[in-house]
Amino acid sequence: MLELTAIETLFTPWQSLAGGVLIGLASVLLMLTLGRIMGATGVLAGILTPSAHPDIGWRLALLAGMITGPLAVMALTGQMPAVEVPVSMPMLLVGGFLVGIGVTYGSGCTSGHGVCGVARLSRRSIAATAVFMLTTGLTVFVIRHVVGG
Amino acid sequence: MRLLSTYLIGLIFGVGISISGMANPAKVLNFFDVAGTWDPSLIFVMGGAVVVAFLGYRIVLRRPAPIIDAKFHLPENSRIDARLVGGSALFGVGWGIAGFCPGGALPALGTGQIEVFAFMAALIAGIFAAKWLMTLTNARAARLLRRET
Repeated sequence: MLELTAIETLFTPWQSLAGGVLIGLASVLLMLTLGRIMGATGVLAGILTPSAHPDIGWRLALLAGMITGPLAVMALTGQMPAVEVPVSMPMLLVGGFLVGIGVTYGSGCTSGHGVCGVARLSRRSIAATAVFMLTTGLTVFVIRHVVGG
Repeated sequence: MRLLSTYLIGLIFGVGISISGMANPAKVLNFFDVAGTWDPSLIFVMGGAVVVAFLGYRIVLRRPAPIIDAKFHLPENSRIDARLVGGSALFGVGWGIAGFCPGGALPALGTGQIEVFAFMAALIAGIFAAKWLMTLTNARAARLLRRET
């Protein structure tokens, strides 16, 4: 079985919009202060290969901020953000490995291409975003309704 | 100062991701499962983030330089090539299998859930595998080029 039973989630338009606004705000502030694109792939790759990216300090600071995000939400609301994983461990590992290869060849992911690149109207990022949204949708459809259906 | 402001920007991003639902694979996979347990919330995340980043970049990029750095570090490559399209396609397949993307998973590490660490380990392995493959193919291309000249 590829996937465990799908977990139903509530439609949360306002909360998700507020989250999106904060993601956009963080991207603008990073451009304003350091002149950098807020891309999770770039930040992670820079930390993993410090010899190719000597300027590691800001990436580590950014990563530390990201990781403490859920703890700040916990402190403010008394509840840890939900991370529900309807995926078996082997498939989680296969998916993670493919994401790692894909974002390295594609030079970016949902944050770098999907938010920052699209906001800059970069042709490359718009193409990348269209492609990965399409293949993600197709993959979910195949797993849930063709193989698992 | 530079590290503190960058940490706070990472924190804003991490809080945004946490409350938006991007760190929750159940919600991400439901967004793509239009034919099943559809949850359209994530369109509000992408919409909010892109609109804020689009407007903010218009203002910020009018400056000659960012506040803390000497220049803006913007990607100049505008070619839509096989690496970009193939990589993005593969990223989408992995995202559709696992439900985590890098920007969702990094903040999710803060929840301490074992699934996030498993995904991150596989993601990092994928990044190194891709970098190794790229070095191999680049070396081969350089050898072929030398032989021709």
